[in-house]
Amino acid sequence: MLTGRAWTFGDHVDSDAIIAARYLVHNDSHLWAKHVLEDLRPEFAGQVGFGDFIVAGRNFGCGSAREQAPLALKAAGVGAVIAVSFARLFFRNAFNMGLLIFECPQAARAVHDHDRLDLDPYSGLIRDLDQDNTFQAQPVDPYLARLVSQGGLLRKVARELQDSYKG
Amino acid sequence: MAQTQSQKILAAHCGQDQARPGEIVEAQVDLVMANDVSAPLVIRAFHQAGGLQVFNPQRVVMVADHFTPNKDLAAAQTARQMSEFASQHGLGQRFEGAQAGVAHSLICEQGLALPGELIIGADSRACTYGALGALAVGVGSSDVAAALITGRAWFKVPQSIRVVLTGHLPPWVGAKDLGLEMLRRLGPEGAHYQSLEFHGPLLAGLDLEARQCLASMSVDTGAKAGLFPADQVCAGYLEGRARRPWRALGPDDQAEYSQVLEIDASRLEPLVARPHSPHDVAPASQAGREPVDQVFIGSCTGGLLSDLRVAAGLLAGRRVHPRVRLMVIPATPSILLAALREGLAETLLEAGAILGPPSCGPCAGGHLGVLAAGEVAVSTSNRNFVGRMGHPKSRVYLAGPAVAAASALAGRLAGPEEI
Repeated sequence: MLTGRAWTFGDHVDSDAIIAARYLVHNDSHLWAKHVLEDLRPEFAGQVGFGDFIVAGRNFGCGSAREQAPLALKAAGVGAVIAVSFARLFFRNAFNMGLLIFECPQAARAVHDHDRLDLDPYSGLIRDLDQDNTFQAQPVDPYLARLVSQGGLLRKVARELQDSYKG
Repeated sequence: MAQTQSQKILAAHCGQDQARPGEIVEAQVDLVMANDVSAPLVIRAFHQAGGLQVFNPQRVVMVADHFTPNKDLAAAQTARQMSEFASQHGLGQRFEGAQAGVAHSLICEQGLALPGELIIGADSRACTYGALGALAVGVGSSDVAAALITGRAWFKVPQSIRVVLTGHLPPWVGAKDLGLEMLRRLGPEGAHYQSLEFHGPLLAGLDLEARQCLASMSVDTGAKAGLFPADQVCAGYLEGRARRPWRALGPDDQAEYSQVLEIDASRLEPLVARPHSPHDVAPASQAGREPVDQVFIGSCTGGLLSDLRVAAGLLAGRRVHPRVRLMVIPATPSILLAALREGLAETLLEAGAILGPPSCGPCAGGHLGVLAAGEVAVSTSNRNFVGRMGHPKSRVYLAGPAVAAASALAGRLAGPEEI
């Protein structure tokens, strides 16, 4: 069970807003964590708690295909992103980088900023503890859940390679 | 269950009879590509994952096309790194030096993407190979790195929109105009997560260059891919070109589509997309007469031989307006050679064009003709976001080669019928 507070955002949060290109020259996810989403909510990076949720509107992660966007969210401690919909390449990159994401238009519309949420990653059930309300997100596909639990795509491939050398 | 072309191709590559929309499948890929923007990230991720060899050296294509010929030290280092990776891993297809050109155009022209195949590329416009009946998808650099090692990638099986092309192309209307009309109708998210599958009587008259343009532009509707059937036109194109045997995979007659979009070409006139959105589409005749500083004829959606022919047809015996820089950059070396042999190059140069080496040119704002603050361009490329082709205060109109050439002559945005 994931537990944390909600941080709400609007539609079309693009990858530049998640982590601005000016920080990409440094290949340092801790630095990105300090600046994540700073152009939209400057207080977010300093106040986000481990396991907190991003709750956003349509087309979250649109714009460039940069993999640093989900990495920056993960490094900041974000437990999962809940949105109406995700940009196609953000969807891929999130699972490849080991970040859980959930499509749930009902929750995305109803949850207020700073509401306390529970999220069961297996069933996709979201509970808003402050509103005493529940929402059903599409459960994560088992293949993608395994990808996240293995630490993302490159770690999965690295482990398979090690196993093949042993075998 | 009757299946679309996209479903059929995914099912065939993951050893299933069927692939249901929404399902996640892990599938064997036939070709993996990267360019000089993505290759450094791909190579780093390849090493991070412990990669020692690629899954099949004949099925990996890396082309330096954005910054070639090397525009600066960083580009030179990247090209060198790609070349060393290609040597170390014995990559079978290398397009360096005089072989360089736009990766997407080269991969189609060289018969490296084939009907029924599943292809991924670390570039959003990898969907261009859908022109040949492949399911080709742009993905992240880690996806490509992982596939270099394993030969596999995961896919969410898409629903498909059936795009039915009817009627006949009026004079001066071409693939770019069909594509812009498609963008106008679908918008930036109209095909979110979905494939576009092209059908209809107009296809018999659309050659593989026109199909590349439309397949490439599919991504700008939010689509995962854009696919054409492997019909007689496609089979004819592949004769003597295909590098491997191939087997067409077409849709079932009863396949279900999320939507049908019909575009009647007969009703179109030359179009433009106004700054700063590929979806802000209007007829060129009603888009104003803004003075133009540069015209670019090139890219994977506007630098093919048919584009040069249309442009040369308008420019023959005329002179480019003195205010305008006309950059013509053929997408591949063989297109440049054909343009020389056909006399197109001479026509273009006599009209006052600058003829550049095969590459992406200024399409992505990297090289060979970027725009200064306040400058206005008409471009046959495919994106006109703020700052895309240079300074954030430059403005770009997207159009087909006829509008581009007419604007170069007029010194302002102009339709071909005005010339």
